[in-house]
Amino acid sequence: MLLAAGVEPSWYLVLASALFAIGATGLLIRRNPLVMFMCVELMLNAVTLTFVTFSRMLDDIGGQAVVVFVLVVAAAEVVVGLGIIVAILRRRPDATADDLALLKG
Amino acid sequence: METFVFLVAAAICLAGAFGVVLSKNPVHSALSLVGTLFGVAVLFVAQNANFLAAVQVIIYAGAIVVLFLFVIMLLGVDRAEDLKVDPLVGQRAAAIVAGVAIFALPVAALAATGWEATGAVSNLGPVAASDVPDIEGIGRVLFTRYIFALEITSILLAIAVVGAVMLAKKSPRAVDMIVDLPARQVAEPVTADVDGPGDATADAPSEEGTA
Repeated sequence: MLLAAGVEPSWYLVLASALFAIGATGLLIRRNPLVMFMCVELMLNAVTLTFVTFSRMLDDIGGQAVVVFVLVVAAAEVVVGLGIIVAILRRRPDATADDLALLKG
Repeated sequence: METFVFLVAAAICLAGAFGVVLSKNPVHSALSLVGTLFGVAVLFVAQNANFLAAVQVIIYAGAIVVLFLFVIMLLGVDRAEDLKVDPLVGQRAAAIVAGVAIFALPVAALAATGWEATGAVSNLGPVAASDVPDIEGIGRVLFTRYIFALEITSILLAIAVVGAVMLAKKSPRAVDMIVDLPARQVAEPVTADVDGPGDATADAPSEEGTA
């Protein structure tokens, strides 16, 4: 039944929202800053999948062009974010997101 | 055929996503992330976005995940994290409730529209005409309509490079100002009990801090 029906474009959207929700949950649960960063990448990928799916549903190349910009922003974000994480973890190898409480001074 | 591809790729994506969140070791999380990114690339191919699938594999799986693994190995933080402890009581349950809500909201919105896209089509052109492949369409859009945005992204990349160099530079004073926080608040009552030398040592860090 399921296989005979053929794939609907909306299935991709449901999958993308599932990926986004998993990434958001991981971002809230995990305390290792590197893993939190990977969860952000997961959420960005869910959004790009949504863009490509809408591009196909509406037959509009604009959705695919936006994905290129998302990729550029993701690359810049990873470079700067990992630089900050390296600068912090070099001094405190056991730092987690909970150590932000130290900023209270 | 597309149904089979979708089901397999979706299973890979979801397994990788759960692997990222639930792996105790950051290295395993990064490798699970590769699985998810590859599954998304397969889904791109299934939707005729061939150029974006290639870019996805090259940039994400090839460059970004390697950068993650490089940082993990460089810092030696590849030890297991205990997922059992819940430092903020109730945070985990609240996060799962929020995740379910984040999943349910778009699906409910999609169901309300009858599982169809209701947006207006722009005048940028179709995805792939019979004689124009998708990469040509993307290139045409990027270098005509979105040329200003494309130039802005080049500035963004230049700023990111400068920022990464500044953060990675060995500048002890700047790094001290950012991350040399007081070690732990536990140490303070011990120095307060000592009479003479305790005051001297208590004064010294505060002078450094203000200087």
